Amino acid sequence: MIHPQPRLLPAGDAAILIEFADEINDAINDHVHALAHALRAQNRSEIRDLVPAYSSLLVCYDPQRAPFVTMRAIIQDTISAPATNSPRAPRLVEIPTRYGGECGPDLAFIARHNDIAEDDVIRLHASVIYRVYFVGFTPGFAYLGSVPEQIAAPRMETPRTRVPAGSVGIAGRQTGVYPMESPGGWRIIGRTELSLFDPSWDPPTLLRSADRVRFVAR
Amino acid sequence: MLRILDSGLFTTIQDAGRWGYQAYGVPVSGAMDLPALSVANQLVRNSRDEAALEIHSPVALRTNAPHLIALTGADARFEINGRALPMGMSVFARAGATIEIAPKRAGGWIYLAIHGGIDVPRVLGSKSTFLRGKFGGLEGRALAAGDHIHIGAPTLDDLVAAAGRSVGVSSMRFSATDGDESPTTNIRVILGPHADWFTPEAIAALTRAEFIVAETADRMGYRLIAPSPLRRGVRGEVELISCGVPFGAIQVPPDGQPIVLMADHQTTGGYPIIAMVVSEDIARVAQSVPGDRLMFRAVTLEGKTIIRE
Repeated sequence: MIHPQPRLLPAGDAAILIEFADEINDAINDHVHALAHALRAQNRSEIRDLVPAYSSLLVCYDPQRAPFVTMRAIIQDTISAPATNSPRAPRLVEIPTRYGGECGPDLAFIARHNDIAEDDVIRLHASVIYRVYFVGFTPGFAYLGSVPEQIAAPRMETPRTRVPAGSVGIAGRQTGVYPMESPGGWRIIGRTELSLFDPSWDPPTLLRSADRVRFVAR
Repeated sequence: MLRILDSGLFTTIQDAGRWGYQAYGVPVSGAMDLPALSVANQLVRNSRDEAALEIHSPVALRTNAPHLIALTGADARFEINGRALPMGMSVFARAGATIEIAPKRAGGWIYLAIHGGIDVPRVLGSKSTFLRGKFGGLEGRALAAGDHIHIGAPTLDDLVAAAGRSVGVSSMRFSATDGDESPTTNIRVILGPHADWFTPEAIAALTRAEFIVAETADRMGYRLIAPSPLRRGVRGEVELISCGVPFGAIQVPPDGQPIVLMADHQTTGGYPIIAMVVSEDIARVAQSVPGDRLMFRAVTLEGKTIIRE
């Protein structure tokens, strides 16, 4: 459901959660990033951080500088004001990926689960231009959607304790790349050698909100 | 400069946090007990947000130069060259002094601030260590024996004269509990943003039951043991769509056992947040240790007065 007006929910005394909808939807995700962009452009000292997600934006603020009512008014004014500067045009980032074999231990599972050939899983995964809904969970991890229904797969019941950096995974109709070695429950179908995160870069991630992404089989 | 003789476990460099990068998935990190960090810095005439050593288990250090230092946070044994010193006071340590610090109860967080601040590069605007990401602080890792910690140039001419500054008990909290055996600490919370995901019984239980801090309590989050699981209501069948989550959020996974998110928490999460710990009380949760009991009191956002039913 899409809320007629975004809901401004207090998240304690130092954050406000702005909920646009309780569904995942590309137009709603555009609204989330447009609002984040507009608030960031105001360069306000009372705003500490902005955390966009699928259909919500968390605004972390400094309650010493502005109480909730002030922040609520700032957000409402920004929502109702016409956009003065549009967010940057989305970039298209290509991710060269080695599918299958030791790089993609779950490729066979996804083929079996959906009753298609492994080559078709690769072809379908590389056929879509994905949207970066947001970056979260761990530094540089982009939530990408959506994979074709024919290659959707459930998360692992028992997550792996060690997923190598660069691993490309599927969970439901989401896909994503692990920026660093970590535990993880997504089904791993391939691996890229690209660096996804480096704290010496600014911004520190290869993939950013609203970017477009294409996987290229190597 | 300080040399680490015994690093203890999980001793890291932390400041007031790495704000502004959560949209890239980078956690805020920073001190678990921010008021204690701020007081320690004020005692040694640093800016409040300067980095300090965050200490979690016994450590020993040696000074290579004279330093003005202060210790705050959880109650600890604090000795220089074998002589016991009070916490919450600026202390002069001459060159070659051995500083020993040991928490009185395992699990608390202690802050050692040094005049001049800790001289490590800022990574994404902060000196805080983020261990899982392997960046910030000293080479992105916990301190180890043999490490040398560089200290910024002093701005005070006379460190000896600056020593002896102390803070009153009111602005200083050595421990959440004053050393009692597993006491109960009252924590104020503001319900929401997802309180409507839970049954009225779960909301009532949140503010009436005693929660025990579980063994799995680290810089990411503290698991709590509820006397009975906090159940979801009518919306319980659907999954929450992942959203940004703040420090102090009380998340409830499907098993009904809450988790309080701490300084190194993930930037986004998919479990509903039943309530948020008020900013001023987060440090009291942080300073609770496994086995301690917490009781939550719902308060209003404005004025933070207790809501009576």
